[in-house]
Amino acid sequence: MIDVGEVTHDSADGVRIDMVSAERLDGMATMEKIRMVLDAVHEGNIVILEAGLAPDEESKLIEVTMSEIDPDGFSGIEIETYPKSSSDPSLIDRLVGGSSTSKLTVIGPANRIETLHKDESLISALVSRQ
Amino acid sequence: MGEGETMGLITDIRNSVRRVTDNLFDSGEPKRIGIYGPPNAGKTTLANRISRDWTGDVIGPESEIPHETRRASRKENVEIKRNGKTVTIDIVDTPGVTTKVDYEEFVAYDLDEDEAIERSREATEGVAEAMHWLREDVDGVLYVLDSSNDPFTQVNTMLIGIIESQNLPVLVLANKTDLEDSNVGRIQNAFPQHDTLAMSALEGENMDDVYDRIAEKFG
Ligand SMILES: Nc1nc2c(ncn2[C@@H]2O[C@H](COP(=O)(O)OP(=O)(O)OP(=O)(O)O)[C@@H](O)[C@H]2O)c(=O)[nH]1
Ligand SMILES: [Mg+2]
Repeated sequence: MIDVGEVTHDSADGVRIDMVSAERLDGMATMEKIRMVLDAVHEGNIVILEAGLAPDEESKLIEVTMSEIDPDGFSGIEIETYPKSSSDPSLIDRLVGGSSTSKLTVIGPANRIETLHKDESLISALVSRQ
Repeated sequence: MGEGETMGLITDIRNSVRRVTDNLFDSGEPKRIGIYGPPNAGKTTLANRISRDWTGDVIGPESEIPHETRRASRKENVEIKRNGKTVTIDIVDTPGVTTKVDYEEFVAYDLDEDEAIERSREATEGVAEAMHWLREDVDGVLYVLDSSNDPFTQVNTMLIGIIESQNLPVLVLANKTDLEDSNVGRIQNAFPQHDTLAMSALEGENMDDVYDRIAEKFG
């Protein structure tokens, strides 16, 4: 498998996390980004996109995700953007919130939201290393 | 650049701006207003109420089971009369947008497995279609939320972001104000940049205001 990110990390329970830098994303076409994200998520991995996706790309990501949902296997994605405009800032929000320009989008398989939250400290560790 | 050229450029810009606004606002065609929002927010209940109030017909079935609407459906030439003026719009009721569909969710509503799988297949096609419509085929949006639910969800943030990036006029509707745990302020906080109206599509609360604002925004 191609290593899509600049940093790849395996969490304790074997979930792979791919971090993709803003610079790398910048050089990719919309469909390339979407394929990269969905291929990783299909494998059960989590992708972190520095700077996130443009609204139009998010719209297409939802559309392509829908076309790949299959009752026997793939049930879609979970996506979270930090910092959130929530009144209850998480660890990541506080960390990322420090600089106003930084934005992170975390995308994982739909049934793995628990993992996303459990791995919050891991994600923040990765972020702080940048 | 000489003065003539500058003037020419400004005229060009002015003309192209006029062309765009003509397309959106002054063409003879009625504007297509998409009703968007998460599953179960009350979009079809609202679409039916608007349509029933002004044409006598309903648009589609309402249900407590999420993804009841799985195809975008349209009611054309809905004439809303406001202060002696008539505003004609096409209402498009869309499937609730989500990033995931798990057919087992429907089994919990007493659908058998085959029905649940079929419903989830149709739902995914419907959501894809709704996203496509939003990028290509609507002139304005009624964004419907169940005001008893937390509005700070990724789907809401993404959809509002997409609507903003398309420069579509939007009215946020805080629906289900008849419910005890309805919280309209929370929605206003979530989307302070947009006009929010409290309403109940089921009970018909505040519909006069809703029609006033629709006429203002999309007329
Ligand atoms: N209490 C209350 N219930 C409402 C209101 N509007 C809709 N509902 C109920 O909410 C449920 C969902 O309504 P729908 O209109 O089918 O919702 P929808 O947004 O079209 O849902 P999908 O098509 O599945 O995306 C139904 O049981 C409606 O009766 C309201 O104003 N108050
Ligand atoms: Mg519906």
